[in-house]
Amino acid sequence: MNANIILLPVLIPLFTAIAGLIFRSIRIQQPIGVIGGIATLWSSWQLFCDVRNVGYRVLHVGGWTPPYGITLVADHLSAIMVVIASLMACLVALYSIRDVDAMRKKLFYFPLYNFLSMAINGAFLTGDIFNLYVWFEVMLISSFVLLALGGAKPQIEGAFKYVSINLISSAMFLSGIGLLYAKVGTLNMADIAVKLNFQSHSFLINSTAILFLSAFGIKAALFPFFFWLPASYHTPPAAISAIFAGLLTKVGVYALIRSSTLFFRESFYYTQNLLLVIAGLTMVTGVLGAAAQYRVRKILSFHIISQIGYMIMGLALFTPLALAGMVFYLIHHIIVKTNLFLLSGIIEKIHGSDDLSRLGGLYRSSPGLAGLFCISAFSLGGIPPLSGFWAKFALIKAGLEIDAFWISLIALLVGLMTLFSMTKIWGEAFWKACPETAESKDIAPVTNLALMYIPATVMAVMTLYLGFFGQTVFDVAQATSAQLLDPRGYIEAVLGGGGR
Amino acid sequence: MNTLIAITVGVLAAASIYSLLRCSMMKLIVGIVLLGHAVNLLIFSAGGLRDSTPPIIAENQEVLRPPHADPLPQALVLTAIVISFGLIAFCITLVQRTYDIVGDDDINALARSDS
Repeated sequence: MNANIILLPVLIPLFTAIAGLIFRSIRIQQPIGVIGGIATLWSSWQLFCDVRNVGYRVLHVGGWTPPYGITLVADHLSAIMVVIASLMACLVALYSIRDVDAMRKKLFYFPLYNFLSMAINGAFLTGDIFNLYVWFEVMLISSFVLLALGGAKPQIEGAFKYVSINLISSAMFLSGIGLLYAKVGTLNMADIAVKLNFQSHSFLINSTAILFLSAFGIKAALFPFFFWLPASYHTPPAAISAIFAGLLTKVGVYALIRSSTLFFRESFYYTQNLLLVIAGLTMVTGVLGAAAQYRVRKILSFHIISQIGYMIMGLALFTPLALAGMVFYLIHHIIVKTNLFLLSGIIEKIHGSDDLSRLGGLYRSSPGLAGLFCISAFSLGGIPPLSGFWAKFALIKAGLEIDAFWISLIALLVGLMTLFSMTKIWGEAFWKACPETAESKDIAPVTNLALMYIPATVMAVMTLYLGFFGQTVFDVAQATSAQLLDPRGYIEAVLGGGGR
Repeated sequence: MNTLIAITVGVLAAASIYSLLRCSMMKLIVGIVLLGHAVNLLIFSAGGLRDSTPPIIAENQEVLRPPHADPLPQALVLTAIVISFGLIAFCITLVQRTYDIVGDDDINALARSDS
């Protein structure tokens, strides 16, 4: 197959975004946005099938011989992330037709959304560290605008926090790149890996490793750096928080995985224990923060943090099973978390609020919603046979295999606490009788929610599929883990002939 | 020269952290701008600061003769400057909007979205 296919997941959203900017009418922007999402999904699926066959797909943009030009690389991890990101982007685009109001759509919601999707795919596919920085910035600027779009009071406040912390994180990432370049004189990730792992250039590399860890840690909302996330993610419309919750922090996790497995391998022992501690603290603080909250989206925002801890745990354990579990966890988490935010959006549309004290009686009034929520929430909590159980099972088994008892124990306890939070939402929003306030009587029945239910149902079905037929996905995760543990394949695919 | 650049980067970074930790939105912006400058200068010096010729192949030669300057950090720093220019412009607009809404320059006034 033509290597240029790797460009499509980046180019299609670019074209639909530009088309959206040219045709200013919402009636045209909307279908362009959704069709663009579907086309991106198709192309990324093609890329994934291709990568599944050949292992690596590499494109040297502009025909420059590596390591001089910018290289796009799709290995299993990149391809999986691109497929799942495009899928979420496509479904959430469909959802936002009903969820996002006309005012925000007029302010170029769909083109911005497509730019965001382009940047996320670009970040997953690039094989050049500076190019990764550029994609991060494209992603950030579109997410800044999406977050502040509409200019409601809490939104602006949330956006301010989000913007300032992310600018600082970008500066850290950039200085990490500067120091790395001064040390190894190259920006191509595979070439950096050769120079750091197979030649003796690793002197003083830990400064870059720690700068990268902090920068990606801020983006992924790891333990000491997570405060911006619950302060901003509940403010924009549900569709925007859903796509942020599903994908943005995961780009940080992806960058962390890529840098740890590819170029900081030799010095990974230096950050490994630190990462393990961070993972434990991230899980615990996230879940404890959620316990104190009483608004659905706030609770879910804190759970993003605790779930990120599981992925980092998989990375820090660094065994074949742990990495496979981590990849499976990523897939499971993106689908389930996005879906929970979508469902919280539906709850808000029905009740006009996501405050648990004002919700109630949803089990009786909308049983379909209750069923969908049940699947996603209990999957997040890790109830067998849903997807979250298998993801946690793999990670904890990996932890026990190498005698990392305390982190496994924490993972189990945090799973229990997650379940507690989910039952809290379930009990308050679905089972409890609706509180008789003046507002709740005024609620007019909301109709036309089909466009919001369809994406949520598709994601719930996928969660069930991951639970009942998880083996096919886990095979892919294991192939990914094998690739991550042996970066020689990646290096050979990019540089040709096993480096220099 | 290296020492001078190192000291400049350090001073800029220190000044930026001082401004970032103040309780004022405007000073936060100043801090972010200064941090950007510090990082740009750091990248700029990443190629090595030494007496060298421009990286252009002379007319009757096939290859580049050392000692030549490394052009890549300059390309990187240009990209970084352009990106940070856009981001700072957005950030200043956002601060303006926040100030209009909150009516206060104090960052502690932004506590509403936390709870």
